[in-house]
Amino acid sequence: MYFRLGWRNIWRNPRRTAVIMIAVIIGVWTMVFLGALTRGMLEDMIENGIATLTGHIQIHQRGYREDPAVDNSITDPNMVESALESLLPPGSRWTPRVRVNAIASNARHSDGLTLVGIDPEREAKVSFIGHAVTKGRCLTPDEENGIVVGKAMADSFETGLGRKLVLMSQDRRGEIASRAFRIVGIFRAEMQATEKQFAFVAMPAAQHMLKLREGISEVSIILHDQGEAERVAHEIRAALPSTYEVHSWRELLPLLAAYLRLFDGFMWLWYLVVFIAMGFGIVNTMLMAVFERIREFGLLKALGMRPWWIIKEVLAESFFLLVLGMAIGNTLGLLSVLALSGSGIDLSAIAAGTEYFGMTRVIYPSVSAKDVAIANMMVFFLGLLVSMYPAAKAARFTPVEALAHT
Amino acid sequence: MSMVECIDVKKSYRQDKLEVKALNGVTLSIQKGAFAALAGPSGSGKTTLLNIIGGLDSADSGRVVVDGHVLETMTQSELANLRLHNVGFVFQSYNLIPVLSALENVEFVMLLQGVSTAERRDRAIAILDDVGLEGMYNRRPAELSGGQQQRVAVARAIVSSPSIVLADEPTANLDSKTGKGLLEMMKQMNESRNVTFVFSTHDKMVMDYARRLILIRDGLVADDQVKEG
Repeated sequence: MYFRLGWRNIWRNPRRTAVIMIAVIIGVWTMVFLGALTRGMLEDMIENGIATLTGHIQIHQRGYREDPAVDNSITDPNMVESALESLLPPGSRWTPRVRVNAIASNARHSDGLTLVGIDPEREAKVSFIGHAVTKGRCLTPDEENGIVVGKAMADSFETGLGRKLVLMSQDRRGEIASRAFRIVGIFRAEMQATEKQFAFVAMPAAQHMLKLREGISEVSIILHDQGEAERVAHEIRAALPSTYEVHSWRELLPLLAAYLRLFDGFMWLWYLVVFIAMGFGIVNTMLMAVFERIREFGLLKALGMRPWWIIKEVLAESFFLLVLGMAIGNTLGLLSVLALSGSGIDLSAIAAGTEYFGMTRVIYPSVSAKDVAIANMMVFFLGLLVSMYPAAKAARFTPVEALAHT
Repeated sequence: MSMVECIDVKKSYRQDKLEVKALNGVTLSIQKGAFAALAGPSGSGKTTLLNIIGGLDSADSGRVVVDGHVLETMTQSELANLRLHNVGFVFQSYNLIPVLSALENVEFVMLLQGVSTAERRDRAIAILDDVGLEGMYNRRPAELSGGQQQRVAVARAIVSSPSIVLADEPTANLDSKTGKGLLEMMKQMNESRNVTFVFSTHDKMVMDYARRLILIRDGLVADDQVKEG
């Protein structure tokens, strides 16, 4: 009966019902859509951070992260390899790398960058570089003089495919190591900073230049399930001697991990702000609906209806307004997400600004069931909670006063 | 057997800074099965007395007993229960629930009482037929004439077999022909179901129909006549 009365009462004044429902619809729509957009931006930032030579887990010689010099290289990669073979869950990929700071120069320019020696075939399965070469070709495993550089770096060096680039760094003996490479490929990355920062050569070439023999700087691992990173890192840490350090992506990308934590708190706060604006609309409209029907509430009480039953009747009206508004708001929110899921929002025009925050050039919205559930629960339960005020008002009218009301 | 007992009932209201004495010590007794009218000019206190008997309002002092219940000792919840199970109301302005059909309006009180759906439906249809609204079950109040709405209100008041029906100026908004039809119907209900009816009115026709006429003036019982036959 409460639901029947509630349902019919909300259609007594369709315009007022439309106004309050529009408030709920816009609130839920923005919560779902902007929540998905922000979540997508954050996920892209994390994905990009992980793909940009981070991986889900990294293994280094102890001390490498404080001082990333060739002295702190892993000298016995076979030990790490055998540990990984037994510990990594199915679907995991990993690759070794040599990674040192170097100075690149040509006839006109010189600049600092990170020289990365890779196994091209394995690296392609772990980081972005496998599908990032847009001009020229990828490296081959035994490439001796080939180098792949980023487009931004090539532009700033005014160089291109087939041109020579000299790299200089410090070898294992502490002496200056220098070698000339020829550019065989140019890659594009999500961020210009990545294009400027990294240059890739085949691992044997890097090891030879730095006199590392079999030595490597790091092992990067991608898991099938990102959520297992902490557990797997812990297991690898336990299996390897203490001369190795094992870090998950949350430790390797502390800023992003902090963003992620901040984001969850921010979402709650933001939902609350949207709801407060919406809540005033709900209370105001429900109060109008209650004061318009004072006589009716008086009648209900005269007929023997208890105050709590009247509260339930008013809450039933709010229930329908909220559920209908939420249904339409969610539909619009999900349709908006769907519309942008293919093309995303292109922020190339302000790429320099977005890069400052580690954002990608194109943002794709990502719907999280948890975010949608939190938004809906908040609107529903807080909506009913604020409706208690007009409902309690309706329940407090005395029959005589209410029936005398004109 | 007494259905209503009022002993020295007093009630005053505050209007702005003025105290208005609505009842100045009413004492009366109404027997079960009565068809009585509280008559008097506007402001005489008859509606106030009716509200107090119905448990809608409370007396400042005195004693009110309705169907064996001493009202001044009852809580709001107990009064609500009394109104739900023992008292039926008919108001001057019909006061039907506009979003419910005639049938649903009649069913409403039984629903609050917890009567089963099937029984509710059967009893509501039967009473609507009795008050001459056969075939109008699904009409909403806005689709009924004033007389038909008041018939629905009467049907609602008596469908759950209350001990007493209190009708506040039931014919005030009706033309004389419709009002007469309504009074005939209520009289028939009174006789066939032995339901006690108490009206407040200043309509002569209602006074003529009443078997007992209690005249209220200045918050006191000024006259009390029981008609013969």
